[in-house]
Amino acid sequence: MNKKVKFSFIGLVCLAVLLTAAWYLHRTNLPVLEPKGQVGHQELDLIIFGSVLSLVVIVPVFMLLFTFAWRYREGNPRAKERYRPELDHSIATETIWWLIPSALILVLSIVTWNSSHQLDPYRPLASSAKQMNIQVIALDWRWLFIYPEQHVASMNFVQFPQNTPVDFTITSDAPMNSFWIPQLGGQIYAMPGMTTQLHLIASHLGEFNGYSANISGKGFADMTFVAKSSTPGGFNNWVRTVRQSHQKLSEETYNKLLQPSEDHSVIYYSNVQNGLFDAEVMKYMVPGLMTGTDNQLRITQRTSASSHQSHSSTYKSMPGMST
Amino acid sequence: MIGAFANILGRLTLNAFPHDPITIGGAVFMVGSFLAVMGMVTYFKRWKWLWKDWFTSLDPKKIGVMYMVVALVMLVRGGIDALMMRAQQATSVGASHGILSSNHFQQVFSAHGTIMIFFVAMGLMFGLINLVLPLQLGARDVAFPFLNSMAFWLFVAGMILVNLSLFIGEFSAAGWLAYPPLSELHYSPGVGVDYWIWSLQIAGIGSLLSGINFLVTIFKMRAPGMTLMKMPMFAWSVLGAMTLVIFAFPILTATLALLFLDRILGTHFFTAGGGGNAMMYVNLIWAWGHPEVYILILPAFGVFSEVVATFSRKMLFGYKSMVWAIWAIVFLSFTVWLHHFFTMGAGADVNAFFGIMTMIIAIPTGVKIFNWLFTMYRGNIHFATPMLWFLGFIVLFTIGGVAGVLMAVPPADFQFHNSLFLVAHFHTMIVSGVLFGDFAGIMYWFPKVFGFRLNERLGKYAFFCWLVGFILAFVPLYILGLMGATRRLDHYSASLGWQPLFIVAGVGALIIALGVALQILQFIVSFVLRDNTRDNTGDPWNGRTLEWSTPSPAPFYNFAHIPEVSTKDAFWAMKQRPKNEKDKELPYHDIVLPQNTGVGVYIAAGAFLFGFCMIWHIFWLAALSLLGIIILAVIRTSRDSHEQVVSASMVERIEAERLRGGEAV
Repeated sequence: MNKKVKFSFIGLVCLAVLLTAAWYLHRTNLPVLEPKGQVGHQELDLIIFGSVLSLVVIVPVFMLLFTFAWRYREGNPRAKERYRPELDHSIATETIWWLIPSALILVLSIVTWNSSHQLDPYRPLASSAKQMNIQVIALDWRWLFIYPEQHVASMNFVQFPQNTPVDFTITSDAPMNSFWIPQLGGQIYAMPGMTTQLHLIASHLGEFNGYSANISGKGFADMTFVAKSSTPGGFNNWVRTVRQSHQKLSEETYNKLLQPSEDHSVIYYSNVQNGLFDAEVMKYMVPGLMTGTDNQLRITQRTSASSHQSHSSTYKSMPGMST
Repeated sequence: MIGAFANILGRLTLNAFPHDPITIGGAVFMVGSFLAVMGMVTYFKRWKWLWKDWFTSLDPKKIGVMYMVVALVMLVRGGIDALMMRAQQATSVGASHGILSSNHFQQVFSAHGTIMIFFVAMGLMFGLINLVLPLQLGARDVAFPFLNSMAFWLFVAGMILVNLSLFIGEFSAAGWLAYPPLSELHYSPGVGVDYWIWSLQIAGIGSLLSGINFLVTIFKMRAPGMTLMKMPMFAWSVLGAMTLVIFAFPILTATLALLFLDRILGTHFFTAGGGGNAMMYVNLIWAWGHPEVYILILPAFGVFSEVVATFSRKMLFGYKSMVWAIWAIVFLSFTVWLHHFFTMGAGADVNAFFGIMTMIIAIPTGVKIFNWLFTMYRGNIHFATPMLWFLGFIVLFTIGGVAGVLMAVPPADFQFHNSLFLVAHFHTMIVSGVLFGDFAGIMYWFPKVFGFRLNERLGKYAFFCWLVGFILAFVPLYILGLMGATRRLDHYSASLGWQPLFIVAGVGALIIALGVALQILQFIVSFVLRDNTRDNTGDPWNGRTLEWSTPSPAPFYNFAHIPEVSTKDAFWAMKQRPKNEKDKELPYHDIVLPQNTGVGVYIAAGAFLFGFCMIWHIFWLAALSLLGIIILAVIRTSRDSHEQVVSASMVERIEAERLRGGEAV
């Protein structure tokens, strides 16, 4: 009796917890599970596929565990007659559990190989719309987005037209960060002196949260931005608004941005100096541009240097070279 | 550097001591507890006993106990860090910025990770190995007893350095693996990263020495007749883990050294500019870091293998499969490191290769799980507390493992990487795999070391607190990861709706804390009531391996007669044979054992001083301490005799007393 009360109490508590959790999850956003773009969708499909495939292992393990624990417990009067202390191997069954997981992993390996190539962040997305390039620089602790075709830039806010593939070219002028917009698709590192690429596309209109997923110092936690997907007309309007800004992004104003800042307001720049992004990547590579002796990443005179940097977009991050 | 020499104390000034109330509180608490312990030892006049019987002892059982004590104290320290993190994340939302500044929060999680891996998990592992391995092999000692003592004290030196950063200076705020360029001088100019480097450097060298020691012990010290394929599974798993230690730890040592050169001499191995490449560091640190996971978990797998066989009263199922699985894991663990940074932007071929290798590790791991399950099949299972830890392990580890296989698919990992989903995953694996295993091991082998069993009822309560607390603390983190919450956030926006889950996680952490409190209570209660649970047989669990063939607590020479082995599960086989009266009449022989020595303590003290001086740039004293270490090593190695002989008559007397005592109680 006592035991029954105890178990039904525990059962009720568990049920209450599960119901509360279900209610909570129902009314909350789960960006990774609610993608708004093709890349995010395909990544979610992979996650679901992997989870379902794993059930082939989880279900038998849990069933065997609880069945064996119950059937062969000491208190079970029939356990004594079933007891076989010398049963210590069986080539047939052992072969089964070397082979079945191997088969599962073989299936998953093929999926992994194909999906790694298909969802390679460097790979341009197939789309009828023309691809758009946005250059991203992670600063301490803000995100700067440069639109090389539109010659504008925006701080802590990025906008692009719906259904247009976006090629984010990413670097960092700060410690390593990671560029992540969960509702559009997975992340990639932003590293100083290197560029990485991430192709994303938004199939819905809306504002999506963007994060830095890698610690980069004191102000890292609030290093967030908003990514907005709008109609093409809305995007053009936005670019017009940005062009009206009084702020311009030149070498000089950019260098001021290198001061650590936890100001997360959105800033628009109506004009961006040509080749700025490439110059900021390359300054880490060119010895003359840095006084490297005491680890100070101070930028020295650059008047002559920045002119021969404009064609340096061929420099990719080292690991990305192959693609 | 010339400036540094000008000041006799290097960078060390009064500013190094804490200013803000929480740090002062923490420092006062730690100094207070330390002084209280010192005071008690002084009051009860136990210094001499502590020094003679414990600190200078080369008996692996005593060294093992000391490892355990340090690791459990550090578990509390790392646990307090965890509670502070949970408190911060539950409260620091929107307009509120919680209880900690962002820099302090970052120090706390860096310390939490460092302490839990290096000083808790490693400590528990080496502790258990010291306690059990020689006994299981039927040996009287490890291969290099002095090295063992020195390795332990180096571990202590590293541990003290980590904790010293609490009141002199600061700790690293760059995460537990201190990725550059954040950990480089430009972005972390303080002493924090140097504390991190030197505590790990010193403890890491201790680990490497231990690895060599136990590997040789297994190869050279097994009882006659015990071929490798007759070894207990715990010994096999230790052999696998120590092989990994020997290959992996030099990578750690070299990587830390390069990072330190960057910081002190201005080299550019990993800097952002000047030709450095931070990704080189990330590759190197994980080339050590991934095997490290298996270094911790393989011995825990070994514990489970012993526990499930003993309490199912059956032979371990699929012994050969288990051995092959261990070696498959050992080999594969060096081929998967890149899965910690698929998001670095390596090409699809590279990512796919490492993803597939990672999944392949799931095969031998799965085989081990099925073998454990079939050890229970047709057994006669006694659900003592170690067996409960085993059940909890299978449940959590399988779920965590599935999350791991998901993350092994690179494009899926792009959505999980550095999110709280990842944090939840590796805590599931390390807590259920490593900690549960070590807890099971402590419960299981405690009577062999102390002569009485631990209280079962409190042990079960502690287990259920850990299980429920763990689920409450980490299921919310899995969900938060899917909501886009990244790790290491000291603050987040209220509109994200994350707070309720962080609060639930905090409640879970408190329940785990209750579990730890119950474990401490369990030690106290079991000690007070030790007469009720005294083990007079030497074999309290109906054990299968040689450690149970000697009395409890095991005598300092382990075995009066070195056992002869003809099968695996050697002691079980001995028990099945009809009693052989001749066994008792075997004559006793002289036993040669190492003498106690304090040199290990002195060398570690020198290493501690050296590390401290390197952190604070007190180079003249660093040079002196290094010289001191060398002199001590020369003196130690040039002495002829390190041994003492326990005469046959002495052994006879001890054994006779033990028999009498055993019958009397």
